Amino acid sequence: MRTLLFLLQKEFLQIFRDKNLLRQILMAPIIQLMILPWAANYEVKNISLAIVDHDHSTYSQKLESKIFSSGYFKLADYCASFNDGYKLIEGDKADIVMEIPANFEKNLVRENKQKIFLAVNAINGVKALVGTGYLGNILNDYNGELRLQWVQPSKISPIPSIEITSMNWFNPGLNYKIFMVPGILVFLVTMLGSMMCALNIVREKEIGTIEQINVTPIKKHHFILGKLIPFWVIGIFVFTIGLTISRFVYGIIPVGSIGVLYVFLSIYMLAVLGLGLLISTYSDTQQQAMSLSFFFIMIFNLLSGLYTSVDSMPGWAQIITDLNPLRYFIEVMRMVVLKGSGFHDIQHQLIFVIIFAIVFNGWAILNYRKTT
Amino acid sequence: MVAVQLNNLSKKYDKGKIVAVDSISFSVDKGELFGLIGPDGAGKTSIFRMLTTLLLPDGGSAVVDGYDAVKDYKAIRGRVGYMPGKFSLYQDLTVEENLNFFATVFGTTIRENYELVKDIYVQIEPFKTRRAGKLSGGMKQKLALCCALIHKPSVLFLDEPTTGVDAVSRKEFWEMLKRLKQQGITILVSTPYMDEATICDRIALIQSGKILSIDTPDAIVRSYEGSLFAIKSEGMYKLLNDLRSYENTLSCFAFGEYHHIAFRDKMKNYSEELLKYLENKGHKEVEMMPVIPTIEDCFIKLLKN
Repeated sequence: MRTLLFLLQKEFLQIFRDKNLLRQILMAPIIQLMILPWAANYEVKNISLAIVDHDHSTYSQKLESKIFSSGYFKLADYCASFNDGYKLIEGDKADIVMEIPANFEKNLVRENKQKIFLAVNAINGVKALVGTGYLGNILNDYNGELRLQWVQPSKISPIPSIEITSMNWFNPGLNYKIFMVPGILVFLVTMLGSMMCALNIVREKEIGTIEQINVTPIKKHHFILGKLIPFWVIGIFVFTIGLTISRFVYGIIPVGSIGVLYVFLSIYMLAVLGLGLLISTYSDTQQQAMSLSFFFIMIFNLLSGLYTSVDSMPGWAQIITDLNPLRYFIEVMRMVVLKGSGFHDIQHQLIFVIIFAIVFNGWAILNYRKTT
Repeated sequence: MVAVQLNNLSKKYDKGKIVAVDSISFSVDKGELFGLIGPDGAGKTSIFRMLTTLLLPDGGSAVVDGYDAVKDYKAIRGRVGYMPGKFSLYQDLTVEENLNFFATVFGTTIRENYELVKDIYVQIEPFKTRRAGKLSGGMKQKLALCCALIHKPSVLFLDEPTTGVDAVSRKEFWEMLKRLKQQGITILVSTPYMDEATICDRIALIQSGKILSIDTPDAIVRSYEGSLFAIKSEGMYKLLNDLRSYENTLSCFAFGEYHHIAFRDKMKNYSEELLKYLENKGHKEVEMMPVIPTIEDCFIKLLKN
């Protein structure tokens, strides 16, 4: 016990002396949490629309003003022909070309139907999909307005219609930041924990100090605990900074209990640090440790459900996400912060993270040898 | 009393392709200053790492201070001091913090064993708040020695402690080792410098993982058979080549301002014949005299055999 205390004392002394490390611990989460949530936004705005209006009628004017008043579209240009509009797409000036045929108004009144042509640049799939979706909705709406104008209102409406009104639970404003900030915070804690822990141990290997430690009576578990505890504390500290930022900058107040979050975090940190420890036992240089942890963090990050929903991944990818501790914590964060879930709701995730902690640390300890 | 005992100790690397230590056996008595002398790659560090329980031997066994190096590694770790060839203390901790840390992990304090390290520590004490990484080479060595000594080990392993240290510091360092010896600590030291060998009580000359000879430095020098001559002339480089191509030369190498030469037939005196040979080759002001062999001469002779 005394040995552990001295090891911890030494470890903290080194951490507080390393200005670069301190900056990373303090500044990285602050800067990243201030920038990333603003960038990670799926709302598509500023879709450039080129209009080829062969009709120039009141109706076409009305349609255009309705589209631009939605706020999602901006005018790229009015073109005389579709070919001109297509050139705008080729030059990346327009995302969508909308062609209104000649006699649009006349045919609409006379024949009761009319067609509008949309050409969409699908290089950016999300933008194309969302853009046509918006346009489709606006056209539908426009259509409904026209029909209301023409149909004589009678006591009982002869045309039955169903109007859908939806309500968003847990995130009524569909605010992406509320959704993203907790996830990004988890990602940051994971990265800091696993990478720093791995790099720190490998650095001792690289400089050779581990040799000197190995000839002392320091026990294996003392050495490992001496490495894990400081980074466990740092992880919890960084998480607290992150929660404070999300409270005061983004106004996110967890609906559920903060206690639940911290209990989960403290077990999750053990799993993440275990991963760092495991990486360190397989690398001899900091460079190796760095690329190895980057490899894992990349996969964990993209398969975590942070950016894309796990449910929409193919079956085999979903199986991989089951092995991703990051995924469980992101789920728990969103459940607790947005929905107010308690221990009972997150027990599935809790069990998995406990298993991860045991497997990673057990494997690392087996693989860590004081003698070669 | 035997402090360190090696029985056919072997170590192979690269799945047995490279034999670093080839079934070496020797023993070191308590309180002895024992030197492992050999060039780079002779296997000195591998022997040290096996004795300090950092490396598992592939064959044979070793006993350090009465404990088996494989089975009782825990006991050994508590009672030996090891100073690796590469400086491996915490560079971001100060001199005092390093010493304090290594004292505490051995369950002792600086004050408790201050007497042992006092002579050395007073030299670096003025810099005790300086970070270890910012010390000069000689001071780093002194700090490393202090850290290896602070728990009062019964056996001290020093792996090339004077490599990369200036001549004055080297001399000082060996003086310190002599004083430590007087305190009854067994010291195993390795060095590639032959001139340091004479300070040891006994030395083992090793090459390619094999022991060429073990004895006191004096005995090794005395066992040198035949006579050795120092020779110099105006053109030293041409002289070396000419001496080496002389038919009766066993070995010839540069040694300070002279060349040392040994002859094939130990008993015969070649001086006159050689001088004539050199005259024919066009050498002027040739100077030749018999010399007492050094450890280095013995080492080269052993390599030739």
